[in-house]
Amino acid sequence: MVFQSYALFPHMTVRKNVGFGLAMRGIKGAEADRRIDEALALVRLGSQAEKLPGQLSGGQQQRVAIARAVVIRPPVVLMDEPLSNLDAKLRLEMRAEIRGIHDQIGSTTIYVTHDQDEALSLADRIVVMSQGRIMQIGTPEDLYQRPAHAEVADFMGFRTRLAGRVVSVSGEEVLIEAAGARLAGIARDALKPGDAAVLSVRPEDLVAVDEGEGIPAVVSNMEYRGRAFFGLAHAGDGSELFFRADSHLPRGVAAKLQPAAGRALVFRGEAQ
Amino acid sequence: MSGPSLGTRLAARGIDGTTLLVLPGIAVMVALFVYPFLYGIVDSLTPKDGVWYSNYTRFFSDRFQYGTIAATLWLALPVTILNLALALPIAFRVRLMNRQRLLTTILVLPVTLGTVFVADGLLTFLGPQGWFNRTLILVGLLDAPVKLTNNYWGVFASLLITGFPFAFLLTLSYVTGIDPAIEQAAATLGAKPRQRFMRVFLPLLVPGLAVTFCLSFVQAFAVFPSAVLLGAPAGATRVISIAAYQAAFEQYDHSMGTAIAIIMGVVELVIVVAVLGLRSFFYRGPAGGTKG
Repeated sequence: MVFQSYALFPHMTVRKNVGFGLAMRGIKGAEADRRIDEALALVRLGSQAEKLPGQLSGGQQQRVAIARAVVIRPPVVLMDEPLSNLDAKLRLEMRAEIRGIHDQIGSTTIYVTHDQDEALSLADRIVVMSQGRIMQIGTPEDLYQRPAHAEVADFMGFRTRLAGRVVSVSGEEVLIEAAGARLAGIARDALKPGDAAVLSVRPEDLVAVDEGEGIPAVVSNMEYRGRAFFGLAHAGDGSELFFRADSHLPRGVAAKLQPAAGRALVFRGEAQ
Repeated sequence: MSGPSLGTRLAARGIDGTTLLVLPGIAVMVALFVYPFLYGIVDSLTPKDGVWYSNYTRFFSDRFQYGTIAATLWLALPVTILNLALALPIAFRVRLMNRQRLLTTILVLPVTLGTVFVADGLLTFLGPQGWFNRTLILVGLLDAPVKLTNNYWGVFASLLITGFPFAFLLTLSYVTGIDPAIEQAAATLGAKPRQRFMRVFLPLLVPGLAVTFCLSFVQAFAVFPSAVLLGAPAGATRVISIAAYQAAFEQYDHSMGTAIAIIMGVVELVIVVAVLGLRSFFYRGPAGGTKG
C-alpha cells in the first residue's frame, strides 16, 4: 500500500524503511539486502539508502514508499492518491515513473485518483466511482470518448451540462432544446421526443461563433491558456457554459456558443 | 572602501529594533528566576558559622540529613515509572476512542483538587476505618485492616493520583501526534500489534516519554504536603523538602535551608540530564506525516 501522506517511518533510514516488510516476514541477511537493493534501484534511490525520510524531497519520499510497498512482492499494490502532495511538475515525472515501475514488477496496481489526466495516462482499465457506486468500467479510450453516464462524462472533462427536452431523434443523433437554443448531440441513452435530457460538452468543443445557430450567453470570465482562450459564460436561464474562443471576449459581452458537430453527448435525466 | 554599516551587519545576524522586544521577558526572568537563584546560592554559601561550604559538609556528614535524598528518590522514581507505565497503555486506548473528551476530563480531575485535598481524602479513604479496608474485610480478602496511611504507601498513592494526570496528558499528546497512517503502513507490511508497538511507536515515543518522565519526576521529587500528611515525616517519608523546611523554619537557619534546596535541585538536575542524555540515542524529528 502506498499512502497519500507517504507514511514512512521517520526514525528509520531509507534502507530500514524498505526492509521493514521483509523483516516482518522473517527475511533476513543477504537475501533481504539483495531485495532491498533491487527495490531501491527500481526507484533510483540507491545512493540515498542511509538517509532518513526527513532528509529527502517529497518525490523521493514517495519513491521510498513505493519501494517499501513492492519489495515484499505483493500480488496487488494499492496506491491511494500518491501524487496529491507533489507539485505539478514533479507529479508528471512521478506519473511516468510509477507506470514504469508497474510495468517492471508486474503486480496489479490499483491506483486511486481524482485527477482525470492521471487516470487516463496511467490506467489499462478505469473504474469510475461516484457516491460509493461503480458508474462505469472501461479502457481510457472508452471512457474518454463514450462515457456511459453524465457523472462519468463530468469526470472526463465534459464540464458544461445543460438540462433540456428532446425535440427529435434520428438514429444516434438527437436534437434537444436547452438554454434557449436547439442543439444537436449524440445520444448515449435511448431517448424519445419529450424526454428530459442533459447535454454534456467539453470546453474545447463549445466554440464562440460569430454567425449561425448557437446558445445565446453573456461572458463572465476569460482565461488565456496558450493555444486558445477559455471562458465561462452564463445562458439566459443561468446555466454555466465553459467554452473556447480564438480571441479575448470582454466580460459582459453577448456571445453565441455552438457545440462542435458530433462532440456533444446527450444523456437521459435531469441535470443535478 | 566602506563596508556595510554596523546596523546592516547586525540586522544580517538577526539583531535589529525588534530584538528589543525580548527585554520585558528577560527582565521578568531575571527578577523572578535568576536573581532569587543567585541569591540562594550566595545565601547557602554564607552559613551561620564555619567556613563557606560548611552547610554542605554538615548535610553530607549527617545520615539523618543525606538519607533524605535516598528516601525522596525511593518515592519519586517508582511513582514516576509507574505513572508512565500506566499512562502509556491508557493513552493508546484513549487515542482510539470517540468520547476522548469525557474520559480525559475524568482522568484530569485530580489536578484541580490540589495535593492537600487529595492527601486529606486519602487519609480517610485508606485509613483503618476507611472504605478501602472495610470493603476488603467485608469481601473477606482481609482479616484486619492494612496500614496504608502515615507510611510510605500513603504518600505513594497520593503522588500517583496527583501525578498521573500530568503524565497521561503529556503522553496522550505525544501518542496522538503520530500519524495514524504510519501504523497502517506497518500493518499492511505485515507487522503484528506487538511489533508495531516495539518497532514503530516506541522509538517514536521515547523522546516524548523522556520529557514526560523528567516533568513527572521533578514534580514527585518536590513532594511535601502529602509526605507530611499521609506519610511518616520523621521516618520513611522524611523527604528532602521536609529537611529543608525544618532547617529554615524550625531551626531558623535559612542558610542551611537554602543549601538543602540547592542540593535538591542538583539531584533533580542530575536525573533530568541523565534521562535527556539517554534520549539523544533515539530519533528526535517530527513523528507526523513527512510531507515534501
